[in-house]
Amino acid sequence: MGKIKYHMLVCGGTGCHASQSDQILKKFETLIHDRGLENEVQVIKTGCFGFCEKGPIVKMMPDNTFYTKVKLDDCEEILEEHIIKGRKVTRLLYENPETGEHVSDSKHMEFYKKQIRIALRNCGFINPENIEEYIARDGYQALGKVLTELSPEATIEIMKKSGLRGRGGGGFPTGLKWEITRAVKSDQKYVVCNADEGDPGAFMDRSVLEGDPHSVLEAMAINGYCTGADKGLVYIRAEYPLAVERLKIAMKQAREYGLLGKNILGTGFNFDVEIRYGAGAFVCGEETALIHSMEGLRGEPTVKPPFPSESGYLGKPTNVNNVETYANVPVIINKGADWFAKIGTERSKGTKVFALAGKINNVGLIEVPMGITLREVIYEIGGGIKNDKEFKAVQTGGPSGGMLTVKDLDTPIDYDNLIAAGSMMGSGGMIVMDENDCMVAMAKFYLQFTVEESCGKCSPCRIGNKRLYEMLEKITQGNGTPEDLDKLRNLSQVIKDTSLCGLGQSSPNPVLSSLNNFYDEYMEHVNLKKCRAGKCKSLMQYIINAENCIGCTLCARNCPVNAITGERKQVHLIDQEKCIKCGACMEKCKFNAIYIK
Amino acid sequence: MEKIKTLADLKKMQENLRAKIDLREKSAQPETHIQVKVAMATCGIASGAKEVMEAFVEEFSKRNIDAVVTQTGCMGYCYAEPTVEITKPGQDPITFGYVDVKKVSKLIDKYILNNELVDGIIPVNYQSIDKH
Repeated sequence: MGKIKYHMLVCGGTGCHASQSDQILKKFETLIHDRGLENEVQVIKTGCFGFCEKGPIVKMMPDNTFYTKVKLDDCEEILEEHIIKGRKVTRLLYENPETGEHVSDSKHMEFYKKQIRIALRNCGFINPENIEEYIARDGYQALGKVLTELSPEATIEIMKKSGLRGRGGGGFPTGLKWEITRAVKSDQKYVVCNADEGDPGAFMDRSVLEGDPHSVLEAMAINGYCTGADKGLVYIRAEYPLAVERLKIAMKQAREYGLLGKNILGTGFNFDVEIRYGAGAFVCGEETALIHSMEGLRGEPTVKPPFPSESGYLGKPTNVNNVETYANVPVIINKGADWFAKIGTERSKGTKVFALAGKINNVGLIEVPMGITLREVIYEIGGGIKNDKEFKAVQTGGPSGGMLTVKDLDTPIDYDNLIAAGSMMGSGGMIVMDENDCMVAMAKFYLQFTVEESCGKCSPCRIGNKRLYEMLEKITQGNGTPEDLDKLRNLSQVIKDTSLCGLGQSSPNPVLSSLNNFYDEYMEHVNLKKCRAGKCKSLMQYIINAENCIGCTLCARNCPVNAITGERKQVHLIDQEKCIKCGACMEKCKFNAIYIK
Repeated sequence: MEKIKTLADLKKMQENLRAKIDLREKSAQPETHIQVKVAMATCGIASGAKEVMEAFVEEFSKRNIDAVVTQTGCMGYCYAEPTVEITKPGQDPITFGYVDVKKVSKLIDKYILNNELVDGIIPVNYQSIDKH
């Protein structure tokens, strides 16, 4: 008696993990045990579902019911109602923000309708800590296929034909990279997985490693077979403890099953993987800096050529690919290059994973076909702008990218179109900004990041970015002149042209693209000393409206610097000299008597 | 753990493991499978819906039929419980009433495998607002 009728998938990604998903999972297991339902219900910890906005997520199979924001106290109700009585717990279902209706299951959620999941195929579906679930879903079949049926050349040909391009940002054709590394003769070669994800607001690679680590290991082995390497290295930042832990478990299991190590599947092919930890320097995402960091040297880039494919780790030919790139490989081998090449646009094939962040309703992780428009991503999948505010811009490509604006909403997203629009694909971070974001302040924010992360090796980046930052600081404080805008543009161009590595060459992009798209906003800062978004503190004043103020003294009592004066029942006044513009008065005022000018 | 020595071994292993995630695979694409929904509200459970659901699951696995069995709330035909709604790929759902364990085999033999109708059909007296 009793066959498993229910699978309860509990998200174990970092986001949901932080909101107690592991305790929720344990609680479900205890409750199921108490009721003797072990043979009917199975609880599975999975990787990220992508819908991080509403975590922790619990998904019920077979009916695909998608429970959001599940708390420990909800577990019993879910079990009693859903499993035992067959009724959905309506209050935990996702609520469509437009209609206000509860959506019965994930199949009917706008968030998932337009997604095609290739790299994320197993995230939120299998238990990442159980190799058997990966094997059940065609895991290591692609490796078996290339080792027994295909030559390295034939495999590389498939990769080239598929049109897969590097997902770390550069977009270099993956098959070609493998071919170049293969062509170099050497006694030892290496393949490296670049998991040094450093863009603010990006978490694609982390989620893949947390949700499906075996797909990366399998692809690295395939890469090793193609390029002639027997050693793989994963360079991962130490700030990703969960991803590191899952990766370690995966490596251990793969070795136990003979899928890593000596003589894999009896073919004589040897391959094993080691982990190298990064300390979280942004520049180490650049492949030469990454290699130096792995060698124990300073994480500083060096001039290319020589390319890593000729002289990389310890001077040996090294092939570096990004996590998401790897996650695509087994599927391409299993389903064929033609299948993959059918998805996407002319020059950008397949899908891309994006991390949606900022002022968007559905913060989370999505995978969409190349060629989808920004409008579809933001308004359909992303659920629109938070609090019904006006969309202003989206930053793609992190601190190296640029801003896309309303005019770009209907541009199909692919490598080339984004560059033409003055931004770049980057690794896939998408930070959405609304009318309350100041574009000068945003550019300053990204510059602050690059100034901190610049390794300091070459002067255009080390000194130039600092000067850019100072100029932006000057403008946001209301001391800018129209000449500063020209200087900004010129210096940006010089930094782009003369920096050694990708970090410096792309660091002025946020400045240039905000100058191009929001020049009038810069002009307002410079000429009118005004910030229309109300973000630049030096340019705004908190003013008390005498008509509304009843003299309750609440603002004066809450002002941390005693800048507000006024007698009881008399109109109050803010001393602009003393005011630090913290906004506490406006927040406290019950009579809407304080406004920003 | 014994190491996997050949690709054939890996494939064999996959075949055996598939059952573990079969329920999830099928549920991810319910429209391509036979779907059986068992009404399992108080009235249904009292009339034996749990056993009926159990029987469907057992029979399908015994006969190797790809199907998704889910429970659902009260369908409103409390007089005819246990009731089940069967949807074959590409066809409209049909609801059968007065289903007991014995009738499960009959439903599978006749309707699911041979498209012959079985007694106890509850005529459609509602419109679904959402056809997948």
